[in-house]
Amino acid sequence: MRLERRDETSRLALALAPLLAVAFTLGVASLLVRWAGAPVGRTWSLMFAGAFGSVFALAETLTRATPLMLTGLAAAVAFRARLYNIGAEGQLYAGAIAAVMVGGLHGGASLTVPTALLFAATMAAAALAGALLLLGPALLKSRLGVDEVVTTLLANFIVLLAVSALLDGPMKDPLAMGWPQSVALDPELELGRLIERTRLHTGLLAAIAAAVLLWALLRFTVWGFDIRATGANSRAAAFAGVPVGWTVVRVAALSGGLAGLAGAIEVAGRTGYVTLDMSPGYGYGGIVVAMLAGLHPLGVIAASVFVAGVLVGADSMSRAIGVPTYLADVMVAVALIAVLVAGLFARWRLRWR
Amino acid sequence: MARAEPARGAAGPPVLEIVEISKRFGALQANDRISLTLHRGEVLALLGENGAGKSTLMSILFGHYRADAGHIRVAGRPLAPGDPRAAIAAGIGMVHQHFALADNLSVLDNVMLGSEPLWQPFTRRRAARERLRALAGRFGLPVEPDALVRELSVGERQRVEILKALYRDARILMLDEPTAVLTPQESEALFTVLASMVAQGLAVIFISHKLGEVLRVSHRIAVLRAGRLVAQAPASECDPARLARWMVGHEIDEREAGPAGSPGETVCALRGVVTAPDARAGRERLRGLDLVLRAGELVAVAGVSGNGQRHLAELLCGVRAADGGELRLGDEPLRADPAWLVSRGVARVPEDRSAVGLVGELPLWENALAERLRTPEFARGGWVRRAAAREQAERVLRAFDVRGAGAGSSARALSGGNMQKLILGRALMPPPGAPAPRLIVAHQPTWGLDVGAVDFVRGRLLQARDQGAAVLLISDDLDEVLAMGERIAVMHDGRIVGDRSARAWSREAIGLAMAGGGDAARAA
Amino acid sequence: MSELLELFELLTSPALWVAVLRIATPLLLGTLGVLLCERAGVLNLGIEGIMVAGAFVGWLAVWLGAPLWGGVAAAALAGAVFGLLHAGLTVGLALSQHVAGLGITLLATALSHYAYRVSFPKVTTPPTITPFAPMDWLPIPVLAAQTPLTLLALLLVPVLAWVLNRTPAGLALRMVGENPQAAQAQGVGVIATRTAAIVAGSALMGVAGAFLTLAAFNAFFFNMVNGRGWICVALVVFASWRPGKALAGAVLFAFFDALQLRLQQADGGGLPHQFYLMLPYLLSILALVLVARRAAYPQALMQPWRKGER
Repeated sequence: MRLERRDETSRLALALAPLLAVAFTLGVASLLVRWAGAPVGRTWSLMFAGAFGSVFALAETLTRATPLMLTGLAAAVAFRARLYNIGAEGQLYAGAIAAVMVGGLHGGASLTVPTALLFAATMAAAALAGALLLLGPALLKSRLGVDEVVTTLLANFIVLLAVSALLDGPMKDPLAMGWPQSVALDPELELGRLIERTRLHTGLLAAIAAAVLLWALLRFTVWGFDIRATGANSRAAAFAGVPVGWTVVRVAALSGGLAGLAGAIEVAGRTGYVTLDMSPGYGYGGIVVAMLAGLHPLGVIAASVFVAGVLVGADSMSRAIGVPTYLADVMVAVALIAVLVAGLFARWRLRWR
Repeated sequence: MARAEPARGAAGPPVLEIVEISKRFGALQANDRISLTLHRGEVLALLGENGAGKSTLMSILFGHYRADAGHIRVAGRPLAPGDPRAAIAAGIGMVHQHFALADNLSVLDNVMLGSEPLWQPFTRRRAARERLRALAGRFGLPVEPDALVRELSVGERQRVEILKALYRDARILMLDEPTAVLTPQESEALFTVLASMVAQGLAVIFISHKLGEVLRVSHRIAVLRAGRLVAQAPASECDPARLARWMVGHEIDEREAGPAGSPGETVCALRGVVTAPDARAGRERLRGLDLVLRAGELVAVAGVSGNGQRHLAELLCGVRAADGGELRLGDEPLRADPAWLVSRGVARVPEDRSAVGLVGELPLWENALAERLRTPEFARGGWVRRAAAREQAERVLRAFDVRGAGAGSSARALSGGNMQKLILGRALMPPPGAPAPRLIVAHQPTWGLDVGAVDFVRGRLLQARDQGAAVLLISDDLDEVLAMGERIAVMHDGRIVGDRSARAWSREAIGLAMAGGGDAARAA
Repeated sequence: MSELLELFELLTSPALWVAVLRIATPLLLGTLGVLLCERAGVLNLGIEGIMVAGAFVGWLAVWLGAPLWGGVAAAALAGAVFGLLHAGLTVGLALSQHVAGLGITLLATALSHYAYRVSFPKVTTPPTITPFAPMDWLPIPVLAAQTPLTLLALLLVPVLAWVLNRTPAGLALRMVGENPQAAQAQGVGVIATRTAAIVAGSALMGVAGAFLTLAAFNAFFFNMVNGRGWICVALVVFASWRPGKALAGAVLFAFFDALQLRLQQADGGGLPHQFYLMLPYLLSILALVLVARRAAYPQALMQPWRKGER
């Protein structure tokens, strides 16, 4: 039995890959549910209901999907250029802190600025913070050949500690009664609700817009061609005149910027301020989302809703029948591996001897 | 041309029998019911053009691939398929075309690998070193056991490849295009070694596409064409014309360069160009290279690969910047910028078509337009003008007869010949309104192509020359250099060591220059 | 002058070096594990998760009644199982080593957390076990305060160096990481060799994790590995893929880590404590940058290999 390369990537297999992955994931997760001693059928129905079963549940799921969509886009565009950005978690927090610094503390100044301008500045600061954070590892990779996976991973730890220091010190909210949380964002900057009495905010629309824009960028622009060519074969791209070094810088800015925006939108839409636990691993979740979406920006929309559904549904299910919520983490990890394997069959055919 | 000594053991039982071997890769039937025998003390040449199936057959023999049908017997015993271990145990040794050596390990390490059982908690290095030296002496292949492979020259590496096989007591030695990377003099040395081996009872299979060598070295010649064995005869009964006909299936006229006009103005001039070696890519560099390229002239650069050709090609293709010296294109200094070069009319054909020339994952039309995407005709404000781009791509694909699954299919699916046609087309065929290219840089443009594709590529290069372009052809293949170049420059150790019109060169003189001797003092 | 004296006292105090060896042990074991995988040509980013799994499984085995060395064996086995999965994905199926590794880290971590919660649904403080005791019977000063796992780690360094450089198996492993085609041409099975290297390396990673729960501490906490796995990946590059240098790197790193703890205590209210905690990660990045240009990578590292591909 061996693998034989296909002449043409099978579009059917490529489209089926995420579905097969999801099916496999459900299978493995069912075994884990049995181990926990819970009834499998009821577990899944509770999970589905908790994620999509009511307007409130759906709103919760979409709320969680919003940052996942943005970190998913960040991962997708970076991975397309073979820049393995594993630092979205840190970039998200950096963006959140930057947002509060501009939109809450106003950078220490006390000018009166029109709200729209302040909002734009807040978002721009967040994107910039995320972009700069990824730029370092990206340049280290293109100039010195330092593997960006390790540097971005280590940077996550550094950023979180830095945020913790800021929350203990200069950015601490004096009214928060001892909990480490930041000064709040100006209330006028907070995003409006899409559905009354839920947490779903207009950030979702921004995320979807970002997905569409990224898709258009990759498909129709020269910049998009540069990204795809660099990721597929950087030597051939350089030969054809693609400015590979500059492309890596632009991709880093774009990817880091998207992750930073994820942080800012979380602050502006959901929490209003920064805490150390505001991201339950959205950065890493974004990677899974990107892989499930086959690195396709429009696919990220669906994949992020799926992963968010798993997270939200597991929370709700866990409260009801006590299967640990970590089931969601296991499912997300299994889905990643499964989609990796399933995607193989789009490019390779299995031959029996 | 001296012929090989008649084989001594040729009358005895066959040491190797290949019976009805067939192998298919996807739609390609690489080997089709091939049967051959080999005797002790005999040199069998396996002749065929690129893609005829020679390497596939040898890989099957050695266990890299498994045949779909047929079997192999060594000294009367069946050989277990698909396992190099079994092949080695049966006494089959292979000298690969692209040496199977680890650069960062020593010669001794490379040779010893696999010769001791894996569970053994120690190695017998001293005994191994002695044995290696003895073998080297016996067959005339001097090597330094503790040298690191990456410090060796190409010729020395080949000696290590051969010693690897001899160390494992090979009785049947297969050499895959061994002279492709050697100077004529080194090739002679190799033939002497082969004669010595054969005299000591080994059997040799010699794969080549070069008629002259094959007639010189072998006792028997087998010709493969499109996967089938089409002819087999003793070398004494063959001549080049007959072999060529068998190889190709019809009469071929070796394309001659034809009468050239007188060269025009200088299109490109390099003076004293120096480059530094790359960190992990051996010692190749340029040490003060002088070269002048004129309109309407085809200059062929000969030399053993690794003497700076790659750097020269990369400089003119814009992917490398010089570290010293002067480079001019027309009356401007030459910039290390592919897009700028294309806009100034430089057509570039890289050495490695699938790894550097094309982006396999992207569709044909994007590859066809890759070099020109940054021009106003094909992009506006950052947005690609897809309709215009696809139209130009279709034009190129049609004009250069690129056969694939359509402009939207991925480049990876193309055959080698069609890849080369696409690269050539995109370089030689500018969009309407843009000027024809005035300098063509072609690095190994016909490597690995079948005769039809080779003829096509050479024809287009000559056509461009006739239309007034300056053509630089860098080639390892001395026959190609002699056939195509009206002026021949020889590279050795990072410099041009001889640069005269083709009529002023003899094959021997070029060989000497390639090795650094002879007229080394004369530069253009 | 008195500050120099203080520094000198600090640097020669046995307490510091006891801490250094203790901090270095999991780093050394993990680095040796990554070294085995990368020498064979495979990047194993599953280390962070495998260390978590090793920590959990080792501790759980002891909690369920196994002797301490039984716990170590269980941790090694857990590591080996994840290593086998990694090998299947990256060597058998030649999938992206980066993504497969990350997937395994996520999977191993999530499974460990899930299994912990299923086994201990209602506890708030992690249950403790009796860890390894210091080796008082040893006459060597700083070493006597260490646990047997540290001794094991130190002994592994010359053993691995010997195996890699002076045995046929080690040569096969190195060749597979430099030029797998060459290895195959000499009859060495590339898939089998790489798989064996990854499984062995991952077993070591599991033991590295077990050190945390069975020697350094006595219970399993979430987030106890805390990025040590990634630091090991950086240390392997710093060590030029050699066991002896891995030891030097781990000790050097642990030295700075132990030092910063004491500096923090001495500093009082100066810099926020988070700054000191950041030092290990900053140092790792610095180490990577310093050796970047000269790094002598195993030539086939991260290049997938498929048998018989045209």
